[in-house]
Amino acid sequence: MTQSATTTDTVLSVRDLTVDFPTGDGVVHAVRGVSYDLRPGEVLGIVGESGSGKSVTSMAVMGLLPKTARTSGSVRFRDEELLGLTDKEMTRVRGSKIAMIFQDPMTSLNPVYKIGFQLAEAVLAHNDVSKQAANKRAIELLEMVNIPQPDRRVEQYPHEFSGGMRQRVVIAIAMANNPDVIIADEPTTALDVTVQAQVLESLRAAQRETGAAMVLITHDLGVVAGQADRVLVMYAGKPVEIGTVEDIYYNPRMPYTLGLLGSLPRLDKRDQQRLTPIHGSPPSLVNLPPGCPFTPRCPLAAAVCQAREPDLEPVDGSGFTAAGLRIHLSACHFKEQVARHDPADLFATSASDAELPADFGSGPGLVEPPLEDDGSEDELR
Amino acid sequence: MTTQQDRPGHAVDKSEPILSVRDLVKEFPIRSRGLVRRVVGAVHAVSGVSFDLHRGETLGLVGESGCGKTTTSRAILHLQPATSGEVLFEGQDLTKLGKEKVRRMRRDMQLVFQDPYASLNPRITVSEIIAEPLKIHGLYGRDGRKTVSDLMQRVGLNPEHGNRFPHEFSGGQRQRIGIARALALKPKVLVLDEPVSALDVSIQAGVINLLEDLQDELGLAYLFVAHDLSVVRHIADRVAVMYLGKIVEVAPTDELFERPLHPYTQALISAIPIPDPRRERERERILIQGDVPSPANPPSGCRFRTRCPLFLTLSEADQGRCVNEEPPLVPRGLGDRHPAACHFARVQDVL
Repeated sequence: MTQSATTTDTVLSVRDLTVDFPTGDGVVHAVRGVSYDLRPGEVLGIVGESGSGKSVTSMAVMGLLPKTARTSGSVRFRDEELLGLTDKEMTRVRGSKIAMIFQDPMTSLNPVYKIGFQLAEAVLAHNDVSKQAANKRAIELLEMVNIPQPDRRVEQYPHEFSGGMRQRVVIAIAMANNPDVIIADEPTTALDVTVQAQVLESLRAAQRETGAAMVLITHDLGVVAGQADRVLVMYAGKPVEIGTVEDIYYNPRMPYTLGLLGSLPRLDKRDQQRLTPIHGSPPSLVNLPPGCPFTPRCPLAAAVCQAREPDLEPVDGSGFTAAGLRIHLSACHFKEQVARHDPADLFATSASDAELPADFGSGPGLVEPPLEDDGSEDELR
Repeated sequence: MTTQQDRPGHAVDKSEPILSVRDLVKEFPIRSRGLVRRVVGAVHAVSGVSFDLHRGETLGLVGESGCGKTTTSRAILHLQPATSGEVLFEGQDLTKLGKEKVRRMRRDMQLVFQDPYASLNPRITVSEIIAEPLKIHGLYGRDGRKTVSDLMQRVGLNPEHGNRFPHEFSGGQRQRIGIARALALKPKVLVLDEPVSALDVSIQAGVINLLEDLQDELGLAYLFVAHDLSVVRHIADRVAVMYLGKIVEVAPTDELFERPLHPYTQALISAIPIPDPRRERERERILIQGDVPSPANPPSGCRFRTRCPLFLTLSEADQGRCVNEEPPLVPRGLGDRHPAACHFARVQDVL
């Protein structure tokens, strides 16, 4: 890796993080070497398809992986190494220094406790204050995420809140102890668009209020475009490109990124070109062949791609960070060639998909369907 | 307006609608607790929806969860019989046909489901899944096997994989299997209920391309139910926007996105993030407050008024009109093809 960790301007520094899960079919290499630095107040978007390892990466950072997982590498919060800490030691960090927001607000709130209790619990966990003070803080927090009548709302249970409001409660809990880093894992995926807009607004407010840096994990390239300062693209457990949002969206240097952008239907374009899907499926993470894992789906693939997996290296003309490091990196043997292409030149627009995925049963290509909740069907249940 | 799509071979026959829905209402009873379970109310899932679908056309039906778009599509196919209203398929009212006739009618109208994992029987092979509708309708004759293998080819799958089971396929491929099954009886109308929302974007694009190709080759009409407006803008010829069981606006696709009339349509379009950082950061977002009210007890007058940003700017007399008088879905100054259900409809650019 070309970036080196400098402790002054990074809050979170991840180096060569790997996560393996031993299973009956062999070892799943879910994360195969992720490195990034998070600067104070910055929003880093992590994008990738299901199974690319974006969630596992952040679970590893938070120390929330199951005991069977094998992790290696380094995760430093300021000067403190987090990897290898005991659960008890991690509890001190979780919530107060790094907070996490999960995808599904129904499962991340406890259904049998009042909202106010759950907020106060987060405050009391890290601060030596009275219960009254914690309750007062709970009401303040709800107000900050724009929940009307917070003094009445703290007395209610999660089921009395709508999906969007629940997620705002989770955001309020995350900001309860003014963390330095907020990790948001698909925070709006389960929500409707108009509610998503409200929640993103609250998330922004939370970030402004606490001055925290944020890691925003999502598969929605639209959300990332609006929220992130820098973007990390993941494929098959590895970062394949990292850069500023402008670098990634206007000057992608990895065929996978280019393909992703080309496969997006656009809301704002009148002359709709045919979409350019990326053919095939992501590889199985159990038996990865040598070389670049994108090779079987890549239109630029050559012999060298099968022989050697490219490292993340600076692209020509990349900008520099304050510390003099290159911002825009890509893991592709042909990164300079990619610059000359539109998605349509490289990717075929044909509609066939005849090849079976390598990994039967794990179902690549499927993301969690949004919680479709037709009011009409409630009655039938 | 120019033509919607630059797809050669895509032609909409505007003469006679193949499917007409008139004042469709679907209510689910709310019952009391206890032994007797008296009916104490109703969930008004769909409250008087009307639209036409032409041959070869794609009509997008969009809205958020709970707006009744899925219930509408189920009621049209008579999977959940409508409470009242008419569903005219080639002039015949489906809601008044007997069971046997409805079954025959289903040959012409097929459904593709959202979740390709739950909608395919995991215990039978893909060939059997695709052959099932043919067998049910007694059409699986001597060349049945060939029909199935042709269908697999048509949806971009390898026919040699017909004796595999659904779990051996990726999400995108399973959705193609669902499409092949729907096409087996050579239908004229496909009702697609969120067909790509469970798929990753790179896979989703392939399925969208396939749907476009099939429409051009077979002249199918699509009722495309979705919550993703970007996908709808890409594939639909016309779009109907639903809110709380009612259609609030209908227009040709480009017209709807460029000149939306109804405040809900405007809020919906403005809430969708565009994957273009510079544009996305410059956009003004219309934030609407709160959540969709309960369909068991919808607001009087205009159903959107409780969250409407326009409502807040109106004078008291005008607000009274929103509260007391339900706005009809009629043309509002942008031609007959673009009706909207708002008393104070005005165009706003939200992209």
